[in-house]
Parts: sequence; C-alpha cells; structure tokens
Amino acid sequence: MNMIDSTSSPVMTAGRLFNAYVQEARAECLRYLRTPSFLLPTLLFSPVFYIMFGIVLAKANGPEATRYLLASYGTFGVMAPGLFGFGVSLALERDSGLLTLKRAMPMPPGAYLVGKMCMALLVAAIVSTILLVLAIFVAGADMTPTRVATFYLVEILGALPFCGLGLLLSTLVKGQGAPGAVNLVYLPMAFLSGLWFPLSVMPGFIQAIAPIWPAYHLDQLALSAVGLGQGGVALHALVLVGFTAVFLTLAARRLRRHG
Amino acid sequence: MTYDNRIARLDKVSKRYGAIVALDGIDLDIHRGELLALLGPNGAGKSTSIGLLLGLHRADAGQVSLFGRDPQDIEARRRIGVMLQSANLPPTLKVRELLRLTASYYPELRTLGECAEVAAIQDLMERRYADLSGGQQRRVQFALALVGRPELLFLDEPTVGMDITSRQSLWAAIRRLVAEGCAVVLTTHYLEEAESLADRVCVIAKGRVVSEGTVDALRARVAVRRIRCVTSLVDTVVADWPEVISVERQPEGRLSIATASAESVVRRLLDADPSLSELEVQRAGLAEAFTEITRETDAADAAREAA
Repeated sequence: MNMIDSTSSPVMTAGRLFNAYVQEARAECLRYLRTPSFLLPTLLFSPVFYIMFGIVLAKANGPEATRYLLASYGTFGVMAPGLFGFGVSLALERDSGLLTLKRAMPMPPGAYLVGKMCMALLVAAIVSTILLVLAIFVAGADMTPTRVATFYLVEILGALPFCGLGLLLSTLVKGQGAPGAVNLVYLPMAFLSGLWFPLSVMPGFIQAIAPIWPAYHLDQLALSAVGLGQGGVALHALVLVGFTAVFLTLAARRLRRHG
Repeated sequence: MTYDNRIARLDKVSKRYGAIVALDGIDLDIHRGELLALLGPNGAGKSTSIGLLLGLHRADAGQVSLFGRDPQDIEARRRIGVMLQSANLPPTLKVRELLRLTASYYPELRTLGECAEVAAIQDLMERRYADLSGGQQRRVQFALALVGRPELLFLDEPTVGMDITSRQSLWAAIRRLVAEGCAVVLTTHYLEEAESLADRVCVIAKGRVVSEGTVDALRARVAVRRIRCVTSLVDTVVADWPEVISVERQPEGRLSIATASAESVVRRLLDADPSLSELEVQRAGLAEAFTEITRETDAADAAREAA
C-alpha cells in the first residue's frame, strides 16, 4: 500500500476520544430515562415495597425496621439497573443489529460498556435518593450524615457487580428471552439473599447458602452503612470485587469467542 | 513504490460458516473515489464480503485490508462511514442526538447541518427516531454514515423501503458525495440503482466474483438484444427462425424477440411483414445481463461437476 494512504490517517486526539465516552454515556442515560418500560419498574418497585413494609407496616416491625428495610430495598433497587441495563439491553441490541453497526463504526470499544455502566450508576443513584428521602422525611429513620454518605457510596458502587452479572447474562441468552432470564436470576437471588424477608426467619439451608449470592454481601454492606452491620465489611467488599472480576472475565471470554 | 489507489481489498479470501462456504477465494479491490456496486443473489457472499471489510468477522484464509490496515483496527474504520441493512437505532433518541453521538466517534467531521442537508433530514432533527417512517429512518442512517467525512462509504441496500422520490433524492446525494471524492461500496437488489450510480459493477455468485467491469462492459458481455415491434406475423413462426432465442407477445400486442443477431432478424422481419411498425432494438438491461451471467456460472459449474 502506498505511503500517502498509510500515513495520512486523521488523528483522534485524546480530547475527542474522551468526548466519545461522554457522548455515549449521555446518549445511554437519555434513552433509558425516556423509556418508561425500563425506568418505571426499576424506580418504583423498591420505593413501593419500602412504603408498604418500611412505613405503613413499620410499627409492627420495631424501631430499627425503617433502617433495616432501607438497606434491603436499596440493595434490591440498585441490582436492577445493572442486570437489566446490561443483560436485557445488550442482548436485544445484539439481535437488532445496533451492536453490529456500532462495531462497524469506529466507536471506541470501551465507550459502549462505560456508557451503559454510567447509566446503571445514575439510575442506582436515583433509586437510592428516592429511598433515602422516604426513609428520612417520611419514616423518620435515624440517618446521620455519615450514614447517608456511606449508604450512597455502598449502593451506587454496589450496582457494579450486577453490571458484570448482567453483561455475563447477555452473552448467555438470546434477545427476546433476556427479560425472562434476567428476572429468573434477579428475583430468586433477592429472595435468597434476605432482601424481602430477613434471613433470620428463613430455613437454615437458605441461611447457609446466602453467602454465594452477591446480593447478600451488598446487603450486609448496606446494613453496616445504616448502622445495623454485623462486621466483616472488608470481607464483604472483597467478595463483591471478586464477583465483579469473575463476571467480567467470563463475559469477556464469551464475547471474544462468540462476538 | 508505485502509486496504488486501492483503499480496500479482499485478496484470495475464504470464509465458511460451518459447512456453508460463504466466500471461496474472492478477490475484490476498491479504488479511491469510485462507486462500486456489488450485485448477486441472496447468499452469494455480498454481506460476508462487507462484514469482513468492516472488521465484523475474521477471514479463514486470505488477506483483508482497509486503508492498508486490518479492518479491526479502529484507525482504519475512522475513515469509513457505514449504513447497514438492518440496524434498529435507539428509538427514544432524537435525530440530532444520534448524529451528535455518531460524530463523536470520528476525528474529522461534517457539520450536523451539512449532513442534514445532504440526507434531506433538516425537518427531522428534533424528532425521535421511533416516530419516523421507514424511509425517513433510512435517510437518518445515511446521514449517520457520512457525519465522519468518510473516504469510503459502505451502503448495504440503502434504498430498501423507500418510495421512488426518496430513492432518487438519495441517489442524488450519493452522486454528490462521489463527486466530492468519496468512494462508495453499494450492495443492492435494485439493478436500476447500480445502473444509475455505479462506475464499476461486481457480480458475486457462490462466494466468488463472476463478473467485473463497467455497467456497459457487463451488458456487452451479454450479446442478447431485444427487438420489439407491432407485426401481423404469428409468434410460433418467428420463434422457429434459427437466430431467435425466444419470443413473447406483450400485453399491449407487441411482439418481443430475444436474439443474439439482431440485424439479420430485423432484416428478415421487414422482408416478411412490410406493414411492420414501431420497431425498437435494445441492448439487454442489467437485469438480463445479471441473469445471463449467473446462469452461465451455474452451467459452467454443472459442466465441471459432470466432468
């Protein structure tokens, strides 16, 4: 090939490359904030549960219930954007040809995943905010500024392992089957991790296997954040980092092999 | 080093999917500034060829290059624009947002206003993608393909689902880009599209290029010409003449004769029927040439298998 053609490639500056990531994240957030079928279940489920069990029926559950349930439903809430934002949308976009088009265009490969991750973190932040507002101003939960800040940090970063799990699921299922498959992981895991009923009222077997679910560890961290933790924070955090790494590695391997 | 204006190449490329051979040692060159039309029946290997040039698949054998690089190298793809056959863009984004997002992938840009003007979507910029008609969505996809000032544009069946007016306005837009020096690879089912746009046509069948050349050269490869006239001669009589390949009576009463030696058939027609009128002789259209070439290839294959 001649010299001119191989040397005259237009140069993508670092600034423009960064802009591609920003634009991808912006577009991803915009499109999902405009999609009620994605947004409403994600944003409504845990606040509605919290209003029912953490506020209306709170008296029956004792004084600490408002904070306990804030942690549980917070965890339940931030699982969804990662699982659905990656699992369902990626599987659908592979089927619909959008991913193929983006791969053919010079989209920086990381921008696509980073964009979806930003969207999941943003939705996680919104869910956390709604729950915190309900907990503090309606339920009157005892939330010090430190607890509020730690809760935010835990729940927003806690969405990441579920982004990884969603990504992995998207490589395992075909587009139309994805919503069902993701729910089949999401809802049982929430139940088995003690997000709907405290683990202490569950059969011993379910209590024993709880540590194999990432949601269990995130819930333990969230409980610590609201002052109800049972210790082992570093271990739980480490396990979540481990889960994320495993999900991403497996997903990357499947993506490399199957595209 | 001689000047070489090939900007994309398939060099003896093979690709199979399981037992199906999609490409069988295909050679294809795309030169700077030309409009190349890829024609061929479904499953001939057009989409696979494009997919390889876009870096979507890897070749099993042979060399694929785009601007002298591997197409999976993002640097190479920063110089191309793409419009694929089926791509559902995010339905809730507005056209302007889609353009801005796509523009962010490229180092050099056409302004959004210019893209909108070339693709005739100025009035659609604030509309959501899902609210557009099929033809309007295709025009938006075309605008996305040209936002990065590509030197090479891949258009896979660009006018499917368009009415005749939007098709012609897209053709005009494509001609304008070619006039500005942009090379285009076009796959199409509409032969008149290739006929009206292409500098060069490649007919692909069974994973190989079976014919390549200008539209005129392609047509000339097929000696068949078509004679139409109003005559009182009986169809079956004309059909029995030695040079005549086929005869059909058209709905409006004209006789249509296919032949390889039009001059002698015309002479004989005029002798046989002095009252003959409305005589017309035409070279075969691309459609006929295309059918003829694929038929020849089939026949050659059959002969090879029989031998």
